[in-house]
Amino acid sequence: MSSRVELINAGLLRSDGRRPYELRTISINFGAQGTADGSVTYSHGLTQVRVSVQGPHEAKPGTRRETFHDRATLNVEVQLAPFGVGERRRRGRGDKRLLELAATIKSTFEPVVQTHLYPRSTIDIFIHVLQLDGGLLPACINASTLALATAGIPLFDFVCAISGGVHGTQPLLDLTTVEENDVPSVVVGVMPRTGRATLVQMETRLHMDRFEDVFRVACDAGKVLWSEMRDALRERTGDLVDKLEAGPGMVAVKETEET
Amino acid sequence: MLSFISFSSQHTDSTYHRSTRHHPDVEDLMDVDDDDFSGSEPKLTCPGETITSSQAFMRGHGTYVDKEDVIASVVGTVERVNKLVTVRAIRTRYNPEVGDLVVGRITEVQPRRWKVDANSRQDAILMLSSVNLPGGVQRRKLESDELQMRNFFEEGDLLVAEVQAFFSDGAMSLHTRSLKYGKLRNGQLVTVPPILVRRLKSHFISLPCGVDLILGLNGYIWVSKQAKDNDQGEEGFDAEAVYSNQNDDIDNATRAAISRVGNIIRVFADHFVPLTDTLLLEAYEWVIEQEGDAKYLLLGDTGDALVAAMSIRG
Repeated sequence: MSSRVELINAGLLRSDGRRPYELRTISINFGAQGTADGSVTYSHGLTQVRVSVQGPHEAKPGTRRETFHDRATLNVEVQLAPFGVGERRRRGRGDKRLLELAATIKSTFEPVVQTHLYPRSTIDIFIHVLQLDGGLLPACINASTLALATAGIPLFDFVCAISGGVHGTQPLLDLTTVEENDVPSVVVGVMPRTGRATLVQMETRLHMDRFEDVFRVACDAGKVLWSEMRDALRERTGDLVDKLEAGPGMVAVKETEET
Repeated sequence: MLSFISFSSQHTDSTYHRSTRHHPDVEDLMDVDDDDFSGSEPKLTCPGETITSSQAFMRGHGTYVDKEDVIASVVGTVERVNKLVTVRAIRTRYNPEVGDLVVGRITEVQPRRWKVDANSRQDAILMLSSVNLPGGVQRRKLESDELQMRNFFEEGDLLVAEVQAFFSDGAMSLHTRSLKYGKLRNGQLVTVPPILVRRLKSHFISLPCGVDLILGLNGYIWVSKQAKDNDQGEEGFDAEAVYSNQNDDIDNATRAAISRVGNIIRVFADHFVPLTDTLLLEAYEWVIEQEGDAKYLLLGDTGDALVAAMSIRG
């Protein structure tokens, strides 16, 4: 390896002290964001994204031609905060890289969201990347899954995505920017119920013999992420249900129903 | 939340167990068969979780069938009516039903119809034939009416209406054919999650503090100055007054009361408390006792204290 940074040291630890299959800390925050129907702030290590989902709602007048009479359309917009990236550069709406990212996220979710239930509607997914340290696409996808679920939009399944790579012959999981720059990487998005992959993306060349190892370990990691995401969602839903059932309002509702 | 989950090859077994735990529906099926299924503890599900077998149960909203299983598609609580299993999402857009009272905002004026944003998955439609027109309650719609549609409702106008019917694609049709319905003025709109507005005997609430409330089932709530009684008789349908865009004079005390009630509703929405007339009334009395300005309600502490006080009362 020509890298100046030692990606894996003699003790099999990576540059940030993780073992090869170790994931970074995840934190999920369901705080409300304005008028969004579903919103989440998702941090994965030093990568932080904020997703708000609006809809399903009527298509805006200009985009009405793109709607379908038998299903909803997904509209994904990604914005990268200039201060959140290594290279400080303002990226406009037409930035090729961001458009491609949005298109990837859109095609990942199209088979997962039950769009046929909402004919002629639009579902907007707005993604703001606040900090970036590798794993941009997986973070966006995981956060979008959670935001769609909190917006009450029917999904066939979760999508849990994670990046993987190979250093020498050693598969790695959850790459940071430093690692992404040096090792061949692959992004895998799995639907944990069936174990199917909805997304496999490679932007670098990876040896065929190594691919299977990375793919398998990434699929397993997806299931670990799934249990985390599910627990967070359950906790939040349980909290809301408790408030709804046990709060002062419900007593009053019952009183009025009795009289 | 999760600190450094590590797993190497020998952990693969445990992850495998995690995924298989939900696959055979033996334990889940027992839950549904349980008699006190609709008991105190609501059952939560997430998308992709197997609820029960599709041979013994029918799938309802929020579920789908894959092979032999009924699987949840939204996050929420499982509900069962006889053999029908549904999952009710806790936060979602408004699902209209015929007869519901809604508050909406005009988004578009089209030939012989208005489009109305009513917090639903599509804009609602208000036909020219389902509004009251000036000069007699029942009369034919003329071409001249069609040309002056903007005199009745313009883009951005707020109105209260009833759900009349559905179109084939699921869009709702509204009507304002009652003296109770029509254009809204003299107040402010507060938006809450639709689940917090339950079906009540009357959605028009008059608070004794000089404030009228319209609780739209779509989560749009109109807080306004109390309308004078009998300003429109049985016969005298006053088109001038109904379609007027001009606010009445509102004195400072009423303005303060309106914003106080508005802020109470916002606090309740933040704490996810379902709204009823008695609750709002008692909350208003509590706020008056505290002698604070309306804006202090929106500070976290005061809001928490309000909800706590209401809980103790319950």
